[in-house]
Amino acid sequence: MLETQAKAIVIGGSSGALDALGVILPALPRGFLVPLAIVLHVPPSKPNGLVDLFRATASLAVKEAEDKEPLAPGTVYVACPSYHLLVERGGYFSLSVDEPVHFSRPAIDVLFESAADAYGRSLAGVLLSGANEDGALGLSRILAAGGSTVVQDPNTASARQMPEAALRDGLAHRVLPPRDIAPYLVHFAAEHFAPGKSPVKEHG
Amino acid sequence: MDAEVTLDRAETGEFGDFLEAIFERYHYDFRHYAEASLRRRLAAALAHFGYHELSELRARVLGDREVFTELLRFLTVQVSDLFRDPSYYRALREHVVPVLKTYPSLKIWVAGCATGEEAYSLAILLREEGLLERTQIYATDIHPESLRVAEEGVYALDRLARFSENYLLAGGRASLADYYVARYASAVLDRSLKRSILFADHSLATDSVFAETQLVSCRNVLIYFERALQDRAIGVLHDSLCRRGFLGLGSKESLRFSTHAVSFAEFLPDVRIYQRR
Ligand SMILES: C[S@@+](CC[C@H](N)C(=O)[O-])C[C@H]1O[C@@H](n2cnc3c(N)ncnc32)[C@H](O)[C@@H]1O
Repeated sequence: MLETQAKAIVIGGSSGALDALGVILPALPRGFLVPLAIVLHVPPSKPNGLVDLFRATASLAVKEAEDKEPLAPGTVYVACPSYHLLVERGGYFSLSVDEPVHFSRPAIDVLFESAADAYGRSLAGVLLSGANEDGALGLSRILAAGGSTVVQDPNTASARQMPEAALRDGLAHRVLPPRDIAPYLVHFAAEHFAPGKSPVKEHG
Repeated sequence: MDAEVTLDRAETGEFGDFLEAIFERYHYDFRHYAEASLRRRLAAALAHFGYHELSELRARVLGDREVFTELLRFLTVQVSDLFRDPSYYRALREHVVPVLKTYPSLKIWVAGCATGEEAYSLAILLREEGLLERTQIYATDIHPESLRVAEEGVYALDRLARFSENYLLAGGRASLADYYVARYASAVLDRSLKRSILFADHSLATDSVFAETQLVSCRNVLIYFERALQDRAIGVLHDSLCRRGFLGLGSKESLRFSTHAVSFAEFLPDVRIYQRR
């Protein structure tokens, strides 16, 4: 099991999520010390252009997550197409070709659940715009493990179904528009790194 | 498998004990598998068997070999395709086959063959290259039920459109339809392909080398292992290869972090094909 000091952020979304990430990632400052792992539903045959896309605007390092690669602070990891991305308790990734979940591989639920298991309350999960219900179960696991949860405000999402599924189940600590998500994550990172402080949670 | 049942973090010890008990009783060693996906699949198994606690499943499994056989379906992942990742097979055809043609006879090992798709893909490719007649393919796995399916070489017909597309992208010289007959909802692969393949039980976690080979294809198996077990397995694959023999891995697997990396040259890194030094 990980030290409570180690922390991570997981982000999931499908259609419309690229727009939100286009706002969130550039707003994360250099020196941001928490690793981020992102699962987006991408058509299986498309080469992974997401890394290049994010690299163009993010000030953090961006790369594809590799099997058994340790999560390093301040790095944005993108799930590659056709494999599930999981976080292991030792603080590194695994890939799998297990069956698709919600017709998706990678699936948000798989990343979120495994990360919740590995990081417990030191994890923040962010669920963005999307047109199916992947992610809600994962977010509930993050919540149950004591982590922090953010759902994109459906009014700002071009596909409402994914955020609304999470809100229907009461899974969000915060409901935020994209422009407020990076500041929240910066706060999450800082609060956790300050010695002796534990995150204050308001349930909503 | 949106399992409602989950194995929560408190059950770490119990989870390890469960795998330990299975190893002692049945000699299947899952103790050093990557844990996150194994937990997910065990949660699905709990739901399937109608249990809430790992201890309940444990009692059933240890008491009844048939239940263990059923559990194996959850502990292993039987997902495969004919010509999965066509660029891998195309690279084999274009760059590895010319070298293989210089050998008077060939042995090829497909490690972790699941339900046989990878082995049959290679058999088709080798037939088209005129090599199948002098080749023995060993295809191994730890899951007996999958080996049985592999032995039959019968696949659901609705998968064939995708398989055909893969086959053509992989540089197939004819039509995949030349290699199967449709029977009801099934595609029955040409029995003559099977003549060159020996399906057998073998574990990369507990067994050792059984033949000297010119090509080993081990795809999407190592990702299920922890680093140390990956290394053990790669050691076995290495020891099986003749000098200058080829090792093909899954498209997201590599030798980069392996202690055996120095024993291989990167032959075609893009498609994860290595050559033993
Ligand atoms: C995802 S399938 C890969 C199938 C095929 N190689 C492919 O890439 O399409 C993984 C296979 O590895 C097998 N496997 C798991 N543990 C193994 C072990 N210790 N030794 C050999 N095979 C193993 C599983 O039973 C399963 O059939």
